[in-house]
Amino acid sequence: MSTTELVIPAPREIVTEPRRSDKVFRGVVTGGGLSSLAILGLIAIFLGYRGFEVLRQEGIGFITHSDWSISTDDAGNVLDSHFGLAAMLVGTILCSLIAVVIAVPISVFSALFLNFYAPGWLKKILITIIDMMAAFPSILFGIWGFLVLMPSVEYWAKLLHRYLGFIPIFDMQVPVYTRSPFVAGVVLSIMIIPIITSVSREIFSQAPLDRIQAAYALGATRWAMIKAVVIPHGRSGVIGGAMLGLGRAMGETVAVFTVLNIVFQVNWQMLLGAGGNVASLIILKFGDASPYEIKALMAAGLILFLLTLVVNAIANLIVKTTGKSGR
Amino acid sequence: MIPTPTKPWAASTKDRAVDGSIFALSLLSSYLLVFLTPLKGKLAYFVCFFLAYAIFTTAFKGVQRGNAAAKDALVNSLVAIGAIVTVIPAASILLTVLQKGLPGISFNLFKTDMSLATPTDPLTNGGLLHAITGTLTLMLLALIMSVPIGILTALYLTEIKGRFTGPIRFLVQAMSGVPSIVAGLFILSAILYPITKAYSGFMGALSLTILMIPTIARTSEEVLNLIPNELREAGTALGGTQWRTVAMIVLPAARSGLVTAVILGVARIAGETAPILLLTGGGDKVNPNAFNGPMGSLPYYIWKSFNAGSPEAITRAWAGLLVLVGLVLFLFTTARFLGARKVSK
Repeated sequence: MSTTELVIPAPREIVTEPRRSDKVFRGVVTGGGLSSLAILGLIAIFLGYRGFEVLRQEGIGFITHSDWSISTDDAGNVLDSHFGLAAMLVGTILCSLIAVVIAVPISVFSALFLNFYAPGWLKKILITIIDMMAAFPSILFGIWGFLVLMPSVEYWAKLLHRYLGFIPIFDMQVPVYTRSPFVAGVVLSIMIIPIITSVSREIFSQAPLDRIQAAYALGATRWAMIKAVVIPHGRSGVIGGAMLGLGRAMGETVAVFTVLNIVFQVNWQMLLGAGGNVASLIILKFGDASPYEIKALMAAGLILFLLTLVVNAIANLIVKTTGKSGR
Repeated sequence: MIPTPTKPWAASTKDRAVDGSIFALSLLSSYLLVFLTPLKGKLAYFVCFFLAYAIFTTAFKGVQRGNAAAKDALVNSLVAIGAIVTVIPAASILLTVLQKGLPGISFNLFKTDMSLATPTDPLTNGGLLHAITGTLTLMLLALIMSVPIGILTALYLTEIKGRFTGPIRFLVQAMSGVPSIVAGLFILSAILYPITKAYSGFMGALSLTILMIPTIARTSEEVLNLIPNELREAGTALGGTQWRTVAMIVLPAARSGLVTAVILGVARIAGETAPILLLTGGGDKVNPNAFNGPMGSLPYYIWKSFNAGSPEAITRAWAGLLVLVGLVLFLFTTARFLGARKVSK
């Protein structure tokens, strides 16, 4: 009688630790994911490092003064330099505020139209067109704005000046309408309308359906429904979208450079053809800048970077708290 | 008796007649307004017509049904105006580009570069071959660098969901708002000045990569989120490691959506001008080597021609814009077409 030896295989140890291939995979993916952190950090570090000398020399004057001059001797040594961004910062903020003020009502109306008024086929076409506009290169807006739009906008500016000139911001001493912050603001508004529209549309489409139907059931007109349900639900989302647009408008370079006259003097009169813009300043001065002036431009870039970063961060927080963000 | 179906909500003949007469009335008054006031131009007709239409419908509804209906009618016309105003610039831009760009398009344009011509020469001299090859090279290089990083970021956000998910999603969004000129300055300060000290196509491609990563990452994340979790569970149940599941199941399932994401990223950077102006040097000759020597590109060509200012140069700029817009629209349409079916079988 032979006993067959019963071999019981040892039970496999159950572990929660991932295998080596998975560890590698997780490491690689995490590394890729952290690259955005690395890039943003490096941008701040390098621009800060290059611009440090100028920032230290100018101190707070870098954002409160508005002269931009540098004189060198024949050997290229810097004799005297003044760098101040005040006029450029004021100009950047003025242009982007004009853009947002024009763009927000139009975008909100068209988002409402897309969500609650347009029939299905029209909605599809309009969304395609709006998305397409968001993909247009900025140089296209710039050249189109300069050659096609600017004559009309100058005419509107004249009307504004004639009939609303008593309001300080529409007032001006010298009638120069060409390449004013107002023109730049209009071009920028056209560029940011698609963004604000698609964010608002996204937020409006998440308005609770039961409340919409409840409003209709109580006999509300469409506007009464929108006022009672959609606007309270979407208000902060629209503000977030507007700030996203503001951030985009602040960083826009080529389109603004084409339609704006850069002057190193703080100017709040939006119809006067003298404005400022940090991004355009960089393009304007880069071509023939000495190494020391380049450092000042890097510092200007750092300021612009931080400004747009803060605006975008606030915008994203607002959009996120009201729902899934749009594009 | 069989009741005949009726549609009491449908517009009656009387309603249609009223609508039609309001339309005609506002058309008439827009002509009168433009005739009587100093307003001028096509746009003035347009504005007057819509204002008149809004006022007439509001007044009519107010008389017919009362205050609430009047407000509703007013908002009705306002939102329609909003949508039209949104679309007008797009139409105007496309029409202008076609109208002004077509005279500058010739076969010669795609055959020669600008090495023996200046922007102010007659249109028969020189072309934009160098610009097209340059733009394609820049796009290809940016693609090679940004696709892995973008998709890895999206995978981290959807598959690993680790400790950093929240911060990374936030940072990617912040990164999509980085102005293009800042990306250019960054490459300038971090690589061009300290290391290579020379303009080249590769520098331009690096800055474009920074601008492209967030678009790819965010669109890919949306696509990967659409992949049903059952697929991942099935992969794990078959004994696959996470790596095998992602590589063999999740990514192939999301393939066409990922392609859409990549194309949208390319469309985003195709016309990017500011960093190109800072970094590539903008040569006038076909330059196949992105690592050595200045490289031309469509935005640079357009910029240079536009700034030259003579009528020939402006026509050149419009022709370049037409080619660039054609390229962007082609990419955009392809992305739309593929995006219509986000998850392939």
